[in-house]
Amino acid sequence: MAELIDVLLFAFLLATAFYVLLSRDLLAVVMVAGIYSLLSAGMFLVMDAADVAFTEAAVGAGVSTLLLLIALTATGRWEKPAGHRVVPLLVVLATGATLVYGTLDLPPIGKPDNPPQVHVAPHYLERSGEEIGIPNVVTSVLASYRGFDTLGEVVVVFTAGLGVFLLIGGPRRRRGGEK
Amino acid sequence: MSAGRDAMEGQLILRVVSKFLIPVIMLFALYVQFHGEYGPGGGFQAGVIMASALIVHMLVFGLDETRRVAPLPVLRVLSAGGALLYGAVGIVAMLFGGNFLDYGVLGPTAPTGQVIGIIVIELGVGITVASTMVLLAFLFAERVRER
Repeated sequence: MAELIDVLLFAFLLATAFYVLLSRDLLAVVMVAGIYSLLSAGMFLVMDAADVAFTEAAVGAGVSTLLLLIALTATGRWEKPAGHRVVPLLVVLATGATLVYGTLDLPPIGKPDNPPQVHVAPHYLERSGEEIGIPNVVTSVLASYRGFDTLGEVVVVFTAGLGVFLLIGGPRRRRGGEK
Repeated sequence: MSAGRDAMEGQLILRVVSKFLIPVIMLFALYVQFHGEYGPGGGFQAGVIMASALIVHMLVFGLDETRRVAPLPVLRVLSAGGALLYGAVGIVAMLFGGNFLDYGVLGPTAPTGQVIGIIVIELGVGITVASTMVLLAFLFAERVRER
């Protein structure tokens, strides 16, 4: 049953990915990209990663779709036909091939003696109940054991907002034009 | 989003449904925020959900209406304030004699202190994420309106 769900999700993922690649209707592309994120969230859920699935659904399918829709109202709905596509294709193929080559060295998914399973994870799973005292181990890892990383992530989010604000926010451009 | 405001003026179903849904989305965001210790979720997801409620409000009712609820200066302060709240918890932990971000010293026992610290830093995460996402949407929408 689980394999069937996996196959179905992968098939739909591929279909949506190809649609995003080939369509010139950017409004439809944004919608389908949201569906792509929702399908990814489904796959994370099948792998029992509820927190990751939740983030993917909220960020990928939710807020980034909304932001892209707003951006589309500024840029227009239809993609302009592009000219030379050979160099980008080569770059993408080379990057993809490198990534696939990199996966060859990865240990199989779910093997009990994989490096992530034997390093600090056993300590978190066995001791977080008494050390942190909350049931959700993911939250105790993110917020306490890995608190520095999460602080960094929050600063990254703030910096991204600050960057956009400095680029397109603040005082109107017209002041410069009147000089 | 002046075009958005005019376009949505006649969309009765959209306006009524979003009026019903936005409070529910916000309530769900608060649930995710303060239930992250027990179920999936936490400050990041809650912030994004809260932001999407406000962005939907902006898309349906227009930028000006939403800016009355969430003024830009407030969002700017909150965006930095959440990250500062997070860092402040680390400093307070140092003042209590622990390491930076070592919440164990914040309560009478180490697990209690951990729970206090986690709730406060998750609140900081939620505040920064929500206000930054809404800020981004406002800036984009204003840019669209100026054209």
